[in-house]
Amino acid sequence: MQRIRLRYAKRGPLRFTSHRDFARAFERALRRAAVPIAFSQGFTPHPKISYASAAPTGVGSEAEYLEIGLNAVVDPEQLRVALDAALSPGLDVLEAVVAGEGSLAERIDASRWRLELFQIEPEAARAAVAAFLEAPEVLVERMTKQGLRSFDARAAVVGCMVEAEPDLPSGAGGVPCAIIDLVVRQVIPSVRPDDVLSGLRVVAGLEPPVPPRVTRLAQGTLTEQGEIVDPLEADREGVGIGGH
Amino acid sequence: MSVSSVFPQLEQLLPLVSKPIQYVGGELGAVVKDWDATTVRWALMYPDAYEVGLPNQGVQILYEVLNEQPDVLAERTYSVWPDLEALMKAAGVPQFTVDAHRPVKAFDVLGISFATELGYTNMFSALDLAGIPLESRERTIDDPIVLAGGHASFNPEPIADFIDAAVLGDGEEAVLEITGIIRDWKAEGRPGGRDELLLRLARTESIYVPRFYDVDYLPDGRIQRVVPNRPDVPFRVSKRTTMDLDAWPYPKKPLVPLAETVHERYAVEIFRGCTRGCRFCQAGMITRPVRERSITTVGQMVKEGLEFSGYSEVGLLSLSSADHSEIGDMCSGLAQQYADSNVSLSLPSTRVDAFNIDLAKELSRNGRRTGLTFAPEGGSERIRKVINKMVTKEDLIRTVVTAYSNGWRQVKLYFMCGLPTETDEDVLEIADMAHEVIRAGREAAGTKDIRCTVSIGAFVPKAHTPFQWAKMDTPEVIDGRLKLLKQAINSDRSLGRAIGFRYHDGEPSLIEGLLSRGDRRVGQVLLRVWEKGGRFDGWSEHFNYARWVEAATEVLPGFGVDLDWYTTREREEAEVLPWDHLDSGLDKDWLWQDWQDSTTEFEQDDCRWTPCFDCGVCPSMDTEIQIGPTGKKLLPLTPVNGLRVPA
Repeated sequence: MQRIRLRYAKRGPLRFTSHRDFARAFERALRRAAVPIAFSQGFTPHPKISYASAAPTGVGSEAEYLEIGLNAVVDPEQLRVALDAALSPGLDVLEAVVAGEGSLAERIDASRWRLELFQIEPEAARAAVAAFLEAPEVLVERMTKQGLRSFDARAAVVGCMVEAEPDLPSGAGGVPCAIIDLVVRQVIPSVRPDDVLSGLRVVAGLEPPVPPRVTRLAQGTLTEQGEIVDPLEADREGVGIGGH
Repeated sequence: MSVSSVFPQLEQLLPLVSKPIQYVGGELGAVVKDWDATTVRWALMYPDAYEVGLPNQGVQILYEVLNEQPDVLAERTYSVWPDLEALMKAAGVPQFTVDAHRPVKAFDVLGISFATELGYTNMFSALDLAGIPLESRERTIDDPIVLAGGHASFNPEPIADFIDAAVLGDGEEAVLEITGIIRDWKAEGRPGGRDELLLRLARTESIYVPRFYDVDYLPDGRIQRVVPNRPDVPFRVSKRTTMDLDAWPYPKKPLVPLAETVHERYAVEIFRGCTRGCRFCQAGMITRPVRERSITTVGQMVKEGLEFSGYSEVGLLSLSSADHSEIGDMCSGLAQQYADSNVSLSLPSTRVDAFNIDLAKELSRNGRRTGLTFAPEGGSERIRKVINKMVTKEDLIRTVVTAYSNGWRQVKLYFMCGLPTETDEDVLEIADMAHEVIRAGREAAGTKDIRCTVSIGAFVPKAHTPFQWAKMDTPEVIDGRLKLLKQAINSDRSLGRAIGFRYHDGEPSLIEGLLSRGDRRVGQVLLRVWEKGGRFDGWSEHFNYARWVEAATEVLPGFGVDLDWYTTREREEAEVLPWDHLDSGLDKDWLWQDWQDSTTEFEQDDCRWTPCFDCGVCPSMDTEIQIGPTGKKLLPLTPVNGLRVPA
């Protein structure tokens, strides 16, 4: 069985695709593209697909990962092209590499996010971020399936800064817009960008009048310098196919 | 004038609502065209939530037929849930299409497909959000033509004040003809305004424009007559019939949603129409004659539909799928073609006989077994003769037992309650039948581990059926009978444990009955219900019976009638029915005779294998039965080599 790892993006309006929606669309894409996907044994066979932690519904992403098992050997780049064409525009397959040793999950322990806060002055955002980072603990609440729960949003945050000379998003024309660059470690319970936004409200009363737009820029292994290492890097080096 | 997308405004609301993906579009098969490069523009609406509306075959077919025309643009719009509706009203975001998020008001036509009357209140929400006046007479040349289609449009009288026009019957050719009329009218500089356009539509004699007809009433509330109020429109408007389904193999590129919907399958209609003659069944009456799609066209559509969509389920749809003249070869051919795949094939709407079990076995050859459902509809043999559902108790038990002995562990049985002439005893026989099914099934299967589900809903008389004159039972009678039935099923604990009981109570059905046989006066009830907050009336969690009764009580006495008058009153032969000027092809004398025959339990055979019984459709509509067999077979598929890059 050949194992292939993919990086894909959720862009524009299709960022509202939930993980379950994506999973159904991806299985259909495998059939549309006639991918020789392997199935599990048993009474109800399932295609061999394993997902790395998925971005929340409504959050865009440039760095989602999954791994598939195939019954035949295919060229990763041809597979990437076929799957990308089989998915709706906005669900874009960016890279395919033959899987090396280990698992995707063990190479991912942090994410970098970009938060666009429309109608917020960068100075106000900067002050809120500073207050957040100074606090030893920031308790926030989130409604979960188990009910409302309270947890610390501060400890998981490795880095949080307001960009000095941001690339302003289209549509921001004329109104102020603060861009936050955020690095968060994967912890349990997970701390998501909206929890950090709740934290900014808690510590500094920062409340964007319109919902901020959030994009995951990267996922991977967190280095001691606070950088995130691309989880496919080891596979590319090991096998030498695919990649940029 | 170009029309811009409302998505930037909508986008800010989407994080605040449930399941935002349903408002985003981006389906496979969706078409986005340049607004300015087209001349006639349709917004097609299914007036229910996206999850129900997206899979609708009618909308998908018309969407594709229209978009294949180079100068025509068709987009889709669905009902938004109350959470988004409130936000849109507050933020001033109009009703939009999901394809390019264009405001519905900017289109030439808003075509609404009404599969059920309970979608009417959602039409008001959409018009209101769109900024289109609710009443037809208040619309201007800048508003779209609001056009109703779907089965409910065979009696559009309750919505007559709110739509501009209605099409009865098949839409494939109708939408192209309407497009042509609008194209010419626009090219000529829109002479005579909206009125002239509606007149041109009405002159086709197959598009109903309610404003050109006046309804007069008798002192007792009945209709005296419905007549044209201008000289150049027809007295009666005819339904449309698409002949030769092989020439219309749609959908070719089915819409495949990202959101989860009620059906996730490639559906192909294997034939249209039904002459089984079940007297309660409006679909069977208004879609005559039977027109089959040939085995080879079905095979081609399935192959291309699966390749395009990536679906792993195929539904072979029709009103009674096992009746296709080549159903045996079709099922075995498809089963053979997809034997080594994970594709599952299903055959909904089948009749009660052992032949079905053979078909179901064939279709589940690759281990993918779908459930088995049978619809005896009536509990007693007597009532089944009344409704012309010709199946004996012995047939039913034998069929279900065959299913159990062939490995099925679960079967569903569908029934109706409140049928004409029905007594408690007729309904209680359902319990005997279910007990017998389990007893015989356990013996045949050699295990106690089998189940059967009895599903029962209230009968609703519909226009253009032999039961259009019938009285409905009150919700109290219906609910009382259902309670007795439940007790009877559970009277034997051992058997009762294996029987699931699911039912719909009588209240929503009574309202559906008000709307299905309503006239223009009922429109004011509809409007009042919507103003009081009525939305999504097809959903039990949103339906509010008290609201309907309250609105009916406020409105109807002013016309000298009431809710009972429309629902629990039997009509006489001479009464002018609200839809008499709308021609389904069925001869009213034949319908009346069939109604009389039902009360004497006289059965009517199927004209596909017995002589014509003069229902009137073929001669009046200039149509004919189109059935096989063609004698052709499905050939094995060539296996795919290598990856496929979809276009």
